[in-house]
Amino acid sequence: MGPTQISFKEHPPAFQTSRKAKLRAEGINMVFTRDGAAVPVLENINLEIREGEFVCLLGPSGCGKSTLLNIIAGFLAPTQGQVRIDGELVQGPDSRRIFVFQERGVFPWLTVEGNIGFGLFRLPRSEREQRIARYVRLVGLQGFERTYPHELSGGMKQRLEVARALAVNPDMLFLDEPFGALDSITRLTMRRELLRIWEAERKTVVFVTHDIDEAAQLADRVVVMTARPARIRRIVEIDIPHPRDISSPRYLKLRDSIFEEIGLAHNV
Amino acid sequence: MTPLGHSMKWEKAFWPLAAACLFLALWAGSVKWSRTEVFPSPFDVAKGMVELAGKGLLVDYVGDSLRRVAAGYLTAAALGIPAGLFLGSRPAAMAVINPAIQILRPISPIAWIPLAIVWFGVGDLAAMFLIFLASFFQILVSAMNAVRNVPSMYRLAARNFGLSPLKLIARVVLPAALPQIVIGLRIALGVAWLVVVAAEMIAVDSGLGYLVIDSRNSGKRYDLVVAAMLLIGLTGLALDSIFRRVEKLKSVQWGFQNDA
Repeated sequence: MGPTQISFKEHPPAFQTSRKAKLRAEGINMVFTRDGAAVPVLENINLEIREGEFVCLLGPSGCGKSTLLNIIAGFLAPTQGQVRIDGELVQGPDSRRIFVFQERGVFPWLTVEGNIGFGLFRLPRSEREQRIARYVRLVGLQGFERTYPHELSGGMKQRLEVARALAVNPDMLFLDEPFGALDSITRLTMRRELLRIWEAERKTVVFVTHDIDEAAQLADRVVVMTARPARIRRIVEIDIPHPRDISSPRYLKLRDSIFEEIGLAHNV
Repeated sequence: MTPLGHSMKWEKAFWPLAAACLFLALWAGSVKWSRTEVFPSPFDVAKGMVELAGKGLLVDYVGDSLRRVAAGYLTAAALGIPAGLFLGSRPAAMAVINPAIQILRPISPIAWIPLAIVWFGVGDLAAMFLIFLASFFQILVSAMNAVRNVPSMYRLAARNFGLSPLKLIARVVLPAALPQIVIGLRIALGVAWLVVVAAEMIAVDSGLGYLVIDSRNSGKRYDLVVAAMLLIGLTGLALDSIFRRVEKLKSVQWGFQNDA
């Protein structure tokens, strides 16, 4: 496949997302009060995310993209505006939508099995065990079922947290810089793993990152945000099917357009 | 010296044993050399131990002391841990009660002895109350701080899975705080064992503390005084080794990663 010829018209994404809106954020404003002073963090965020879509929120560190993700997840209430998921107002966290922290979010007092089974307390035992076994396999942790997190590597812990989230069969996943603490080689592997899982499970994914390459490699659409107070600067559609050839001119052009959007030159 | 981790098995047992023998030899030697009439030699102490064992007092007294510690300490844990979990997760309640706790905590349990006797009479209950006081504040404060130090991420993650507030405490807050609670329990048990000796010197007529004071008062039997001291040390060591085991359990070991 000659990379130069790839365009959206000739090669639609292998996994066409449905057009149905899953999430709608309307007029989100967030103001924190710090030492008596009002600090605006988010300014008039309007965003629509379609069902089954993989969206990256990209912006400089500390810009407020994590705040936006926390609002979408229901952990924070916005100062103004509202988030609707499936038409329903978000008023708190919900087990249909799981938030994945950096690998530190796994519970160190539980084994791999215990972590994956954590959210399954409503299921009967046999079904719980089946689910656990299935997600242990999906993230490749076979043989580590009885292992505690502090005996696992960073990448394994991160896969464990993704498995814990997926095990409750949510329809959305929120990932907050999930690979930020990993070394660069593990990070690349994890991206591939996440895409493989996403293609297998078809969840709607909102992924926060400050890494331009990461966003361009993973997302259907990259929401580029400004520095604080964060506004949406532009939304870049990455219409290249997975697996992406990250040396293809089309990919590089899209990636560079994000670099330019953020105001960085091509050369370091 | 052999580098750590490469020492043979016999070496691990040999050197501490050699040091103990040397200590006993020094002890015996200096008793002989100083011709003291008061201080017993290791042999006198060993004979004293045999005498105590023969009368059945050895087992009885160790048992009595342990029973008092168990009663006071377990009550302290049964009240202190839930109270700590509650206060630790409610900053407003903690702000109200914490000053009182911080004033009561530094008061030595020994200072409570007169009040303990007024309230509970001379007897077991007074001793148990002192042990309770000695352990309670330590356990309460460590449970409180442990809960406060639970990373908020764990709570958020758990709420995300739809846990009720009670389940959240049982399945997340308690296990997350457990390593620090265990440290508090370990320190509290050490203090309780220190205090039981003092309590038994005043409030009761059995136990190792009573043995120390009674051996001196009735006939200046310093061989029995030292024998009782050794028993106090050995029992304390045994109690502490329980906690060394607990800390090795996988479900709390993650909190002690630096030791592992």
